[in-house]
Amino acid sequence: MVSGALEVAAATPDPELPLLTIGELGILRDVHETADGVVVTITPTYSGCPALREITADLTGRLTAAGYSRVELRTRLAPPWSSDWITAGGRAKLQAAGIAPPGPAPTGPIRLTLGPRPPVACPRCGSSDTVASAAFGATACKALHRCRTCDEPFEAVKAI
Amino acid sequence: MVMDDNPYEELADEHGADARWAFGTGFTDPLAGIDTAVPDGVDGAALAAYCLALGDDALVYSHRLQEWITRMPELEEETAIANVALDLLGQARLLLARAGTILGRSEDELAFFRDEPQFRNVRLVERADADFAELVARLLVFSTWRLALFERLCEVPDPVLAAIAAKGVNELAYHRDYAAQWVVRLGDGTELSHARMQAGLETIWPLVDEVFEPHPGDLVPLERGEFDVVLDTVFATAGLARPTAAPLAKVGGRAGRDGVHTEALGYVLAELQSVARAHPEGTW
Repeated sequence: MVSGALEVAAATPDPELPLLTIGELGILRDVHETADGVVVTITPTYSGCPALREITADLTGRLTAAGYSRVELRTRLAPPWSSDWITAGGRAKLQAAGIAPPGPAPTGPIRLTLGPRPPVACPRCGSSDTVASAAFGATACKALHRCRTCDEPFEAVKAI
Repeated sequence: MVMDDNPYEELADEHGADARWAFGTGFTDPLAGIDTAVPDGVDGAALAAYCLALGDDALVYSHRLQEWITRMPELEEETAIANVALDLLGQARLLLARAGTILGRSEDELAFFRDEPQFRNVRLVERADADFAELVARLLVFSTWRLALFERLCEVPDPVLAAIAAKGVNELAYHRDYAAQWVVRLGDGTELSHARMQAGLETIWPLVDEVFEPHPGDLVPLERGEFDVVLDTVFATAGLARPTAAPLAKVGGRAGRDGVHTEALGYVLAELQSVARAHPEGTW
């Protein structure tokens, strides 16, 4: 049985945030079926994102299994990915997994930030008494924080 | 499954969904599916040369940052520098690929099979950092300059370069904040950290003027004003003095963008290119 290509593609997990699908992460821009297959368009999160190859392989496997013989992956660079594109469902999953979802992406002119950024609420206890412990994390899209109320460290998806 | 005599043979092959040997191996064309036709009215050769220069800046600097991995003072900073280097490597791949679509060469050919005089990076990115203060001093200068430049490049008529720039802006703004916060922390820290931060800035300062000097290959003009405002804000917050070291002289009127480099670039390329040149048919 052939399921809808969009549904199959959107359900592909992200290799670096496997609790989210690429649909929930907001990197899946377009899926359209052609006469002999399907064309999937992705916007990478960061310029150097090493996960694209994994995503390509995974998408191809899933769509092939769903009955699409030819799968073509296209990149779209503009507009650049924004963490605002993470869906409400995706945010709830991040929160439940102990990863703070991103706040609204900054808009307007880019400002130099010399002091601490606004605190990110702790995904475990909800306290906003948290500090950033590292500006970068294990993947390009995350930073590390620590909650001063429950004393737990946590990851947060950067707002970009 | 038929096994080859040499098990390593399989590692270099293209793999399907279920036969990858490690996460992150294999590369996809960063411009796959993007319309790379040069728009009417755009000089393709000039566009390619400029993308190459910006790609070389990111490629060489990313390599110098990668040299810090396993040598950073703290794990958090190691992660930070690895992330910055990865973002810049991503920018380099996109820019070299963009140049390559016009020149008919692959990003690998451009990265690994050009010699020193064919590289067009500014001399700022070439030297090895002597210490952490020098690292954050150069990262502040590089990211502040490149951010200002990429904001301008979002408006160029080539939609591919404009998109690469727009994507890079967010990354560079984050790198700049990281570097600026460290410059403030060290400058406003102990007597020793202050002295070493000031010394780090003096060391890289001779390489700053070159990046703002107009070059015939530039696609957009860039005023230095915004850069100076940002750096003066950082210096004032950190209690550091604006460096006074004189600019590094050009050689016969030529510098990095003309293919005239410092001795340091040769060392970067020797390491960066050695594997690809030893195995010119290799794939990864």
